[in-house]
Amino acid sequence: MTALEFSVVVCGLSALAGFLGALTGLGGGVVVVPALTLALGVDIKYAIGASLVSVIATSSGAAAAYVREGFSNIRIGMFLEIATTAGAIVGAYLAGRVSTHALAIIFGAVLIHAAYTSLAKGADGAHVVKSDKLATLLRFDGDYPVDGQREKYGVRNVGTGFGLMFGAGTLSGLLGIGSGAVKVIAMDRAMGIPFKVSTTTSNFMIGVTAAASAGVYLSRGYIDPRVAMPVMLGVLGGALLGTKVLVRAPVRTLRLVFGVVILALAIEMIVNGILGKV
Amino acid sequence: MDDKRLESIIGQLLRAGVLLSAAIVTVGGILYLVRFHAVPANFHSFVVGGADIRTVPGILRSAAQLNSEGLMQAGLVLLILTPVARVALAVVGFAMERDRLYTVVSLIVLAILAFSLTHAG
Repeated sequence: MTALEFSVVVCGLSALAGFLGALTGLGGGVVVVPALTLALGVDIKYAIGASLVSVIATSSGAAAAYVREGFSNIRIGMFLEIATTAGAIVGAYLAGRVSTHALAIIFGAVLIHAAYTSLAKGADGAHVVKSDKLATLLRFDGDYPVDGQREKYGVRNVGTGFGLMFGAGTLSGLLGIGSGAVKVIAMDRAMGIPFKVSTTTSNFMIGVTAAASAGVYLSRGYIDPRVAMPVMLGVLGGALLGTKVLVRAPVRTLRLVFGVVILALAIEMIVNGILGKV
Repeated sequence: MDDKRLESIIGQLLRAGVLLSAAIVTVGGILYLVRFHAVPANFHSFVVGGADIRTVPGILRSAAQLNSEGLMQAGLVLLILTPVARVALAVVGFAMERDRLYTVVSLIVLAILAFSLTHAG
């Protein structure tokens, strides 16, 4: 395969990654890593570096649109980001000290359960919660567009959410992937935040979390421009398209897409855990 | 300054940053493909690159010489900095809103980011 063919193929696959990443709040790593390593035989280190680039490209590319539309909640994102970035540092410290094989398999099993509930729930499950004390104190209440009107929502279980975000950060520091899934699940399930607000706020957060580990990857040489260039440009294009779709798409459809993508992520985790690739 | 206005300013600056980095990467990518399009793409085994793609001064030097890989990498570094800029802007924005709680929250996130970016090793 020539450099031109490689660039075109990677750009196309990355567009799909960016599209799914922007829709689900998961970033593009789920698609980019297996596409590069399994389909194109790229070394895992280049793939990890490209995956980091894809996550930031999805996050920043989609963010401009989401912030303007008023979906993502910057207070919730910023507050929870303390837990995620601190967790990421702990995870990076633990890396090499704990067995990640077993962890990847357990995490995969948890994701299969989350995928099952996401797919089975299907319907919106719209339940507007009233903010509890801590969430009110932190001014997490917000509103977001539903059918052209702004709908108010409250937030609960801030402590549980904060703890889960710390876990998400630790996992991403240890496994290098998958923090977006825990973020969306924590906000959607534990904190009662509307699904679109959860995915778009996760989308804001994954970029910040990824940037925290970018320095390490850059200095280790994992980010090679010949691989990352088509990834970035493809992901950006896909993410911009994804934001346009998310704004109009029914929550039911988004939950289905989310369920399928985290199921794929779960299988990836378990296979990698069994093969000892993480 | 309220939340909506702050978010819209952050959104616009973010957009500008992303577009600029995409433009730089595109120019670098075109130069790279014009020159190396027929070269076999071989990334099967990892080889650590030189300082011109691994350190910021090296990348900037290489980009200033209009080296294709340096240009692409400079655009990528700019992209990596967009989330950091976003947090920094939130600090300023919340401070202008006189929202002490969230100024501190954003400052903590910025501090953690700065810590992990400078402790790259």
